[in-house]
Formats: sequence, structure tokens, C-alpha cells
Amino acid sequence: MQPHERITAAIRKRVEGGDPALVAFLTAGYPTAEGFLPALEVIAQAADVVEIGVPFSDPMADGMTIQRASQVAIDNGVSLRWIFARLAERDFAASAPLLLMSYLNPLLNFGYEALARRSAEVGVCGYIVPDLPLEECAPLREALEREGVGLVQMVTPATPAPRIRLLCEASRGFVYAVTMTGITGGARGLPAGVAEYLDRVREVSPIPVCAGFGIREAAQVSMIGAHAEGAVVGSALIEVLERDGDPGAFLRGLRGRDA
Amino acid sequence: MTIEFTEAEKARLLEDVIAGRVPDERGRFGPFGGRYVPETLVPALERLTEGVHRYLKDPDFLARFHHELATWVGRPTALTHAPNLGRAWGAQVWFKREDLAHTGAHKINNAIGQALLAKMLGAKRVIAETGAGQHGVASAAACARLGLPCTVYMGAVDVERQAPNVDRMRRLGATVHAVQSGDRTLRSAIDEALREWVSDPEGTYYLLGSVVGPHPYPYLVREMHAVIGREAREQMLKAEGALPDAVFACVGGGSNAIGLFHPMVADRDVQLIGVEAGGSGMGLGEHSATLSRGRPGVLQGSYTLLLQDDDGQVQGTHSISAGLDYPGVGPEHALLQQIGRVRYVSASDTEALDALNECCALEGILPALETAHAFAGARAWARDNPGRRLLIGLSGRGDKDMPTLAKHPLEARDAAA
Repeated sequence: MQPHERITAAIRKRVEGGDPALVAFLTAGYPTAEGFLPALEVIAQAADVVEIGVPFSDPMADGMTIQRASQVAIDNGVSLRWIFARLAERDFAASAPLLLMSYLNPLLNFGYEALARRSAEVGVCGYIVPDLPLEECAPLREALEREGVGLVQMVTPATPAPRIRLLCEASRGFVYAVTMTGITGGARGLPAGVAEYLDRVREVSPIPVCAGFGIREAAQVSMIGAHAEGAVVGSALIEVLERDGDPGAFLRGLRGRDA
Repeated sequence: MTIEFTEAEKARLLEDVIAGRVPDERGRFGPFGGRYVPETLVPALERLTEGVHRYLKDPDFLARFHHELATWVGRPTALTHAPNLGRAWGAQVWFKREDLAHTGAHKINNAIGQALLAKMLGAKRVIAETGAGQHGVASAAACARLGLPCTVYMGAVDVERQAPNVDRMRRLGATVHAVQSGDRTLRSAIDEALREWVSDPEGTYYLLGSVVGPHPYPYLVREMHAVIGREAREQMLKAEGALPDAVFACVGGGSNAIGLFHPMVADRDVQLIGVEAGGSGMGLGEHSATLSRGRPGVLQGSYTLLLQDDDGQVQGTHSISAGLDYPGVGPEHALLQQIGRVRYVSASDTEALDALNECCALEGILPALETAHAFAGARAWARDNPGRRLLIGLSGRGDKDMPTLAKHPLEARDAAA
């Protein structure tokens, strides 16, 4: 199985069990650098897919929570190189497949060939790059795919129908359906029409669809589950880590299970 | 610094620039430029690109734009001979007087042009970012003129150091949003404006103030400012019967420089020299000299040169002038540098201050601190190249800088009475 197919398989397995999949996001090295691997171990047991945020100085698609986490992580010395080194030395087999979420510039600096090779070595199965639209993605996508690593495409409520189809066909692992026009961490709840929008995406997507942005509660996950294969939880999980809470319990709670 | 062109490639790219084939339909200036934005903004940028192609060739739109430039902005701006400075430098010195444009800087050309475009595209509101406050003031004024609501994002550091402009924006009806995230200067203001635009890509028009950002902005903003170079070229020919030997402009994002340079790129005997902010030193974080010290990377929608560390984190910058305090630069400048058509140098905070004081004392004109960098670059060049004809882009007036200048008082000069 190619690395990106592991992501798809993990999501489908959860859906076959009757539940929506959970994709959990954490910023690497936040709130502390030492806490990264322990938090990852717990989160990778509770979630189906883990998205590890590579901190960047200018996170233009992110709200205050992830901006703050990103800056603290940079101050803690976290970089792409650092993340690869920690993943290489981890002594637990992450049950959930891992993705990296990074703005383009850190990847560009690392070099695409080296990035793909290193990703395959340490078990990174895919990438989400919020400032890399389809038209600009060919060099990165080709380099990653030579190692079987997938590039996840995002669709949004503002994306016209023909473009949604193109993005779904180009995506690997899953399709990331942004629930709202806006940045991460919105507290407004899910917008009206999100069910109809997710249905439209799912209808044309050959791979699972996971919805993200603004998801914080079990009721939202369950509602998303009726219209997509999974939900992405980011800022709300970061806030749990910020409070020194239990991320495993929080994620199990989102599935409607008791903590 | 890391992109190497052969001489043949340089020559071909220069031909492309001169023939108007740059940027291409994907917004590429050679390898630079492009469109690196969240998916949410792609349809909005597509609509904007269609609007740009339609209206920038539409005679009715252009007539309205030129009418506003002539009757509201006050174009053409003057070409001023500067004989006193010329004697001091051993050169013939001319100024292109964008400080005389309405609101006191070149920024108004772009602001009124894009506000007209926003109106044609049916925008409900306009957002803009600002560094020195000049683009914020220009946007606020243009929006007031056209009846569009306007919100300006400005880094909290700049709100403090450019206080007079904050008050002007508010009086012109704009809402000023002090940005507390990131480095709290121009770069954070652009990040925040982009975030706001992502939240409402259909109703909001983002009036970007420099030749940076995703396609089509570097092209659109250049077209709005190219009037500076077209006028200056004609005025020089009329006044002197010849073009200048060298043309100087300050470069932060690079809008006034592109406006002045672009119409003279084909005049191969004219040296074009951009002057960046050398700040307080050449260590990381002490300057904003992107073209001299940067490496290629992606920031705020564009592949260009950036000040960044080995991990690709964008670096803090410093300049005494808020308008040059930016770690990126327009992609067209990156290309013009790499093909050797424009040379980029830097001037320090102190050199800029000295040049500002000299221009005040000898020519009776207070240039903006940004502009003063161009003067410092020109003065250094004149020293090495005596007896030549220089044209300096006097991009803005310095009244807004009085709070900063107050921290750098002149030696007591008043005669003891």
C-alpha cells in the first residue's frame, strides 16, 4: 500500500465501523518542544489521521489560536528538520497515519526531492499546503508522488462546481472540504448550507471527504458524519493542549463517547 | 542570488519585458510571481484578473481614470530641476514630484484606479493594508470620493510611528484596524488583510498597495503607476532634450520604483537603480534590503526574493521608514535584478536622514523618509560618476515623518540672539 493510500484506508475503516473519521491537528512543539512526541502518541491513538502543523512565521489562512501556537513553536526551536528528527526517533508506532500541514515556504527551502524522501523514511503519508493552489502545485505533487506521498487538495464553499471536480480528482488521501470562507478557529459554528455543500463535494469525489474549520463539538462531528467521511479538528484541540488538558479524552468526547 | 540565468536567457527575458509579454497569463515574471493563496481566494483572484483585462483596455474606464488623475489627483506632477543639490553633488539633478500628487505620495494613482475598478466589479466594501500610512490615506481618500466603505489594516508599531496619517484616515471616513499579531508592521498588516479577504472573498475588494502579492496585483499596480515613468520620460525629453543617465527610486515593495522604471526599461542607455533600506546594519533583522540579501521563496502569494532563515521562516526587518520595512519585494523587481536591467543598492537609516536634511536645506522640499533613501543612493552614485544627469523619483512628502524626525533633531542651528 502506498503511503497516501494508508490515509484513505484509515478513514474508510472508521466509516465502515459506523462512525465518522476524526482528523486531529496539532502544531508541532506547542505548547512545549518536549511535549510533542507524548502528545502525538496520545492523539494518534484517539484519532484516525493526524495532521502535524509545521510552524510558519506568516500563517495567512489561520486564526489567532494557530497563529499563536505557530509563533510559540518557532520560538521553541521547531522547524521541519526538527519535526523529521523527532518522528525518526519516536519509539511508538503511530496507529494513525501522519500528514504534515505546512505553508509552502518551509517546504520550498527544504527542497522537494529531499522532502519526499525524508517523508517516506519517517512515515509521513501526505501533505496539506494551504497556500498552494492546484495551478501551482505540480512540482511538489510530482516529487511527493514519486515516493507515494500524497498532496491533499482543499475545496471551499466559494469553489465553483467544475473546479470542485478537478480538485477532488487531483487530491490524494482525502479531500479537505473547508466548511466556511474564512480562517481556522472560527467560533461562529458551521454555516447554513454546509450539508448541501458537503453532499455536492462527496458526489464527485473518488476518495473520502473530510470537513474542517470551526469544528469543536460532538454534535457537529455527528452532523458532519451524515454528509462526509470525516471531520478535521484543529484550533479546538490546540486549545485543549494549551490548557494542559487531555487530548485523548477530548477526541473520544468528539465521537460522542465518554471521556 | 541563487537563480542563475545564462546571458542568452537574460537577453530573452529582457526582450519579453520590453515587448509587454511579462507577466504571462499565470502571472509569472520569468520564474517569479504566480499565485500562492488559499483555495478560497482563487475564484476571487480569477474574477479580479478578468476585471483587470476587461477594464484596463476599456476606453470608458480609462477615460474616467485619467479624468480623476487630471482633476482630483493633480497629474501630471511636475518635473523639478534641483540646481543647488546638483552643485553640491557635481551633477544635473531632476525630481519627479509625486509628493505633489493629492494626499502627498504616488500611492494615490493606484488607490483611485483600483477603487474605480472595485466599483465596476460591484464590491460592497474595500479593505487595504498600509505601512507608512500613505497607501491607507490614499485608499481612504479614494473610497470617500467614490462612496465605498473602507477598512485599513495597519501594524500596531506603524500606528504609533505614523500617528498623523492614522488621524487623516479616520477623518477621511476609514476604519483603522491596528494589527497586533506577527511583527506588527506592514507584513502583518498584509497577512491580516488577506485573512479578512478570505472571510468575505465575494463582497470585499482588497485594494493592495504595492506591486507584491498574488497575480494579478503586481501587474495591476504597475499599470496604475506606470503614468509616473511615462510622464517623467516625456518631461525630461522636453526640458533637456535627453533622457537621464541614471534614474533612482526607493524600493520597499517597489511600487513607485516600478512605476518610474517600467516605461524606461527599453531605454537601455538609462541606468535604473533601486535603493533599499539598509537600516542600522547588515545583520539579520537590522535592515530591509531584500534584493541585496534575500533568497527566493514564497510570501503573501508570490514567489520572489525574501529575507528568510535556513528553515524558510520570514525574518524580522528594520528601517527608519515604515514604508520600506518589508521582508519581500515585488516579483518584477526580482526579475529585473536577476537579468541585470536594474541594479539595487541600499542606504542606511543615517544616510537617509542626512539626505533628507540636505534636500530640505538646499531645495526647500521635505521628502518622505522612504524617498530619502533614493536621494542617499543618488548622492553616492553622483560621487562616483561626476557630471551626469540624474532623475530621482520623489515619491512622497515627509510631513507624516515629523514624529520620527523629532527623535533625530538637527544640531542647534538658530543663531543665539
